[in-house]
Amino acid sequence: MAGTLAEKVWDAHVVRRGTNGAPDLLYIDLHLVHEVTSPQAFEGLRLAGRPVRRPDLTIATEDHNTPTLDIDRPIADTTSRTQIETLRRNAAEFGVRIHSLGDADQGIVHQVGPQLGLTQPGLTVVCGDSHTSTHGAFGALAFGIGTSEVEHVLATQTLPLAPFKTMAITVDGQLPPGATAKDIILAIIAKIGTGGGQGYVLEYRGEAIRSLSMEGRMTICNMSIEAGARAGMIAPDETTFEYLKGRPHAPEGADWDAAVEYWRTLRTDDDAVFDAEVVLEAADLEPFVTWGTNPGQGLPLSGSVPVPEEIADANERVAAERAIEYMGLTPGQPLRSIKVDTVFIGSCTNGRIEDLRAVAKLVEGRRKADDVRVLVVPSSARVRLQAEAEGLDKIFLDFGAEWRNAGCSMCLGMNPDQLAPGERSASTSNRNFEGRQGKGGRTHLVSPIVAAATAIRGTLSSVADLGPDVPVPDGSPLVRTDALQTA
Amino acid sequence: MEKFTQHTGVGVPLRRSNVDTDQIIPAVYLKRVTRTGFEDALFAAWRGDPSFVLNQDAYRSGSVLVAGPDFGTGSSREHAVWALKDYGFKVVVSSRFADIFRGNSGKQGLLAAQVAQEDVELLWKVLETRPGTEVTVDLEARTVTCDDVVVPFQVDDYTRWRLMEGLDDIGLTLQHADEITEFEARRESWRPATLPAKHLPPVEVRPARPVVGVELGTTRRA
Repeated sequence: MAGTLAEKVWDAHVVRRGTNGAPDLLYIDLHLVHEVTSPQAFEGLRLAGRPVRRPDLTIATEDHNTPTLDIDRPIADTTSRTQIETLRRNAAEFGVRIHSLGDADQGIVHQVGPQLGLTQPGLTVVCGDSHTSTHGAFGALAFGIGTSEVEHVLATQTLPLAPFKTMAITVDGQLPPGATAKDIILAIIAKIGTGGGQGYVLEYRGEAIRSLSMEGRMTICNMSIEAGARAGMIAPDETTFEYLKGRPHAPEGADWDAAVEYWRTLRTDDDAVFDAEVVLEAADLEPFVTWGTNPGQGLPLSGSVPVPEEIADANERVAAERAIEYMGLTPGQPLRSIKVDTVFIGSCTNGRIEDLRAVAKLVEGRRKADDVRVLVVPSSARVRLQAEAEGLDKIFLDFGAEWRNAGCSMCLGMNPDQLAPGERSASTSNRNFEGRQGKGGRTHLVSPIVAAATAIRGTLSSVADLGPDVPVPDGSPLVRTDALQTA
Repeated sequence: MEKFTQHTGVGVPLRRSNVDTDQIIPAVYLKRVTRTGFEDALFAAWRGDPSFVLNQDAYRSGSVLVAGPDFGTGSSREHAVWALKDYGFKVVVSSRFADIFRGNSGKQGLLAAQVAQEDVELLWKVLETRPGTEVTVDLEARTVTCDDVVVPFQVDDYTRWRLMEGLDDIGLTLQHADEITEFEARRESWRPATLPAKHLPPVEVRPARPVVGVELGTTRRA
């Protein structure tokens, strides 16, 4: 029977079909663990006297709480320290592999899986973190789970899951210069809304998606959850295989051939039917930025802050009024006139090596705007090492930016990297919720190159605003193929 | 888990849409390693506002939250459910729930009752006109009753059954341990394993230090 990519991966993992409305029991290939959503799960195992069923399909790292400065010193915040020490103790007690702060393989959990080659096409991947959808970029069915489910997977390596619907999101054509993967996903969320993907697994298709590097695909799948979707997926292709080949946990020799043969079957059949379809023209896209307090409240940078009276839907109007007040904006104000205090470049959405290269290319030889604080936080220690090997750290420091150690950092401000009340950021992360980056903080979500242009000018800006002498990036991957490539 | 068939308690009208889990419990409260004690963290940013609904005496002891569409979006943190439960909520009524939040609720015995948005409006009207009005949520009949308003709600059959029986998911799954073992025997050998660990050679990671002498943003926190 014809099937979609998501259905094929699901069907290959059904341990037991649910009957009479009961969910299917699905096998989980890879379980990623971090310090915030796991302590209560391990505690549950301990209380019930249960072991981790498959430590060899489980990997832990420290990311949400970790400081990005002075990582060789004791963590100042005692509750953060307790949580990280708890993870280390649990990993030791239950035999789970862990990459701790200071280890070259430590980093944001959604970077660690791909860079080690553990994230592969056709897998089921879970983690107690909603941005697990990132791994869908490889054609894996990957989704975030709560702590009870973390405990369930630790104990049984399975999850009971209700069936999902499928939505095709086709992005035709080629992106114009200055528009990036981030702008595609922000435009999609603005189009379908923060609840538009609810109950669906999204499959991103079309020429613009196929042209993206793995980094760009991860950016898109990462934010599927911001449209309310269970997961986002992209069918694996040569770009995927090339990224994986030679990574530490990628299959080798005959195993590689067998795996690739299977991976090539992981595509939606031509006659398969999606429950819903959305089409976007890449050529229509331009740099996108959010003005409000949910990721669906975004507009092209050339636009203006909405005027609530002009919004027909009553719920949306009230939400817009509230968001504009919280954000300290004026209805009708051009988005380009918004001045920022902080530029944050990092997170599981846009903290990868390609993002850092794109930023470095623009800021090289320049100085940041006065009074703007610029934080560059690589998504993993390997990404940091890679960037240093390419000399990007010098470029950032000469620009006046701070070059930090890896972690989630200001994306959610669980560590000291926070906005002060009323402070405004342009951020390459994924959520602009009230208080997300610090109590009272105001967040505008942007792409890495918009972040770079904004850091240079001090107001929300695109690369085109830097003047006619600055070439606008055309979105082609900034990938180096030499032996240094590790991240 | 405690069995859930019917609950009656004060209804709390939360007239907001898109109540994401960062609003339900901000990230700074996620650092605890226990499963209880999160009541003070619930809606922490809003609780400082005296006009916030839970700061009004009539609603303070509420146990049925009636919220706008897209409740529980964003982060997967189950702490959002723990915080609601620890505060004393037994039921959240909304016209649309985020998937992960709905799943987390079911596992913790918090009922996520989905009703039509026009019914949410009816409930809000009663609860705002007569603060302190009790709401009865009947899981058996799938109805929400508030004064003369009786509206149906949706919950999937499986979650309803588990809540009514008070069953624990892990125990249910482990009844099928043999089938899991059989499945494992069929898995392809090339599928990745985290152990034995493979990685690139260890390299020293240099700690970043605070930057001295660089002009930082004027609003920077000390």
